[in-house]
Amino acid sequence: MDWSRRKILKTTPLAAAAIAAPHLWLPMSSDAWGATLKKGEPIKVGLLFSLTGALAVPEEDSTLVMQYAIDEINRNGGVAGHEIQPIIVDAKSDFNVYAEKAKELILRNKVIAIFGCYTSASRKSILPAVMSQNSLLYYPTCYEGAECTQNTICTGPLANQHSKDLIPYMVQNFGKKVFFVGSNYVWPKESNKNAKVWLNAAGGELVGEEYIPLGSSEFGPILNKIRDAKPNFIFSTVVGASDISLHKQFKQEGFKVDSMPIASLTTGEIETRAMGNEFGAGHFLSAPYFQGIDNPTNHKFVESFLKSKYGKNGVTHYNMEETYISAYVFKQGLEAAAQKAGGIDGVTSRMIRDASGGVKIEDNISPEGLIWIDDQNFNTWLKPKIGQCQADGSFKIVKQAESQVAPDPYSIYPDAGVCTSVGLKAPDGKLRVNVI
Amino acid sequence: MPPSRLLKHKGRPRHAPDAQWRRGIGDVALGNSLSADIAPIANALILGLSIASIWLIAALGLAIIYGAIGVINMAHGEFIMLGAYTSYALQSFFGLPFLLCIPAAFIVVAFIGLLLERGLIRYLYKRPLDTLLATWGVSLVLTQLVRLTFGSDPKYIAVPEMFQSNVQLGFVNLSVLRIFVFALTIVLVAATAFLFYRTRFGMQVRAVMQNKEMAASFGINADRVYMLTFALGAGLAGVAGSLLGVLAIVLPTMGTAYVVQAFLVVVVGGGTILGSVVASGLTGEFQSVLAYVTNETFARFLLYLLIVVLLRFRPAGLFAPAKARR
Repeated sequence: MDWSRRKILKTTPLAAAAIAAPHLWLPMSSDAWGATLKKGEPIKVGLLFSLTGALAVPEEDSTLVMQYAIDEINRNGGVAGHEIQPIIVDAKSDFNVYAEKAKELILRNKVIAIFGCYTSASRKSILPAVMSQNSLLYYPTCYEGAECTQNTICTGPLANQHSKDLIPYMVQNFGKKVFFVGSNYVWPKESNKNAKVWLNAAGGELVGEEYIPLGSSEFGPILNKIRDAKPNFIFSTVVGASDISLHKQFKQEGFKVDSMPIASLTTGEIETRAMGNEFGAGHFLSAPYFQGIDNPTNHKFVESFLKSKYGKNGVTHYNMEETYISAYVFKQGLEAAAQKAGGIDGVTSRMIRDASGGVKIEDNISPEGLIWIDDQNFNTWLKPKIGQCQADGSFKIVKQAESQVAPDPYSIYPDAGVCTSVGLKAPDGKLRVNVI
Repeated sequence: MPPSRLLKHKGRPRHAPDAQWRRGIGDVALGNSLSADIAPIANALILGLSIASIWLIAALGLAIIYGAIGVINMAHGEFIMLGAYTSYALQSFFGLPFLLCIPAAFIVVAFIGLLLERGLIRYLYKRPLDTLLATWGVSLVLTQLVRLTFGSDPKYIAVPEMFQSNVQLGFVNLSVLRIFVFALTIVLVAATAFLFYRTRFGMQVRAVMQNKEMAASFGINADRVYMLTFALGAGLAGVAGSLLGVLAIVLPTMGTAYVVQAFLVVVVGGGTILGSVVASGLTGEFQSVLAYVTNETFARFLLYLLIVVLLRFRPAGLFAPAKARR
């Protein structure tokens, strides 16, 4: 062939266009890339948690309890006669790795759903991949809301559910004045915005608000400010290792739990064990689940989980339980989708998601009691409970919501609109999909 | 400006004029108004000393290893972590009381440091950049090793009842544990200074620091000096670990939080013991006072900014010794 200069000049733009914009000629709809289920083949799901690095403490437990839940489902006949096959990935506490591994799970491993993340930062880093492939993310812990995607299901409490009962309870029992302490990132700040709404409603007064850098263990200056402000109680959204330092230094600096307890959204059984029971005793936590919840389902769950090979850390806590029920939300959503499609063949991630609205996990499966998935915003209706830490490190439930509280991701941003199953509906009627 | 003006920021008075500040002195009629003005800033300054002692105890081992041998030990944070785990293991498996865990952590981590120096570091003295990489690799290995042995969940070190309380001296409020850390830091710094400036071994170390070959020609076994110095630095990190494990948390990854602080102190101080003392004092006070006047996050920002500016004008640190660098 004669490669004249003119011919090369003519064909180059075409080739460049073909490389730059492959969707013009490749069959690149999301159906072609994302996974669909096939009859007789195992159902592949990705477990995308950090097994190493700073986030490993909570997320290793999430992986373990997911494996336990999947084993349990498989032992009892799987989903519509099919076995769930977990693909376990280590995200190494690195947000780039989260994004990369999420893509890999969806495109290479062809998983039908991903269970993953513990922090909002990691969730936000994998959502673009999940949304562009129309895949499905189960986010099994609490978060701040203000998101409306068509590819996620969340089984933890939203900011609007989390402190709704806690703040009025504390104001009533300890006094009006409160000091907010949080880690310096998005979840504590958004949670505090919600808490202020409840505080105003309860007639409380905010006497100070401080944020500590993530991972910092020096609470001296903040505790000095708290001493000066003399609140009746402290409301804490401090996470991780810092949370343990806060409780330790609280007692070491001479603060008394009886006159100024910490009401936390994070300090559960595992944190209490790490700091020592004497530092945790007397403080309060709001969560949908405690290890000590007294019902037969929970007794069975705690006993058989701790006996299994996944129970090596010796504790169950709210984050693990929210992860555990997410496996059953997936199971029932998939069964509903399969029923609608007349069989498991050809079921896609999006079909499971659409069929999950209104899915109920009854109290014979869910250790925290009956919960269900909202059919509009796909967060969870649940009962937040207030527990007080006892001298032995267990929590005694002192108050429980009378009925399930509705999740509302935009409770403090009414101007943004309402999250519906097809997207965020703005007050002016405009519909936006996948808002993060 | 009178101190009371300094305290009023954001237009909000920090306290009611008749506020009864501290239970101790607040009852004394004359002390009332005086303490109301001075108390917060005095408390912040005293807290600054405590923060400084925590920074210093975390940095001391690194300062010795960097100052004397010139090795940039990236595994320093992991030595701290090993100290914490040593205390945890000795306490929970052998029932050793906490106060005995501290010297035990020194011995165990010093021994690990000794093994590391003999097995790896001594081959790299002539290649400082390679020690940087090698010790970083060691830090990763140590973290994973501990994770595999003890699991990745946080561990708990029990301390005597005494350390869980506080003392009230007038308007000053201090936790016993902070006082203990402060006192132990002073003891360790004094002991280290004594060792380096008042003993035969110290003289040998300083001779080797100034000129290794010349010292060797006078019959000093430089190899042995390096080995013992490295072990000493590791052991001091171990002591720091057993204290920091009580102050904060015991985790395989806990070291990374302290290694940055430790490097800051050593770099600002210029690698000498005196320099580290002054540098940690300054950083501690700055952090405490700035955090009191503004907030934690802004205090960090200002602190690191000040350090960058300082290093722009004194790249070798506050007290850079005049010596022949290897």
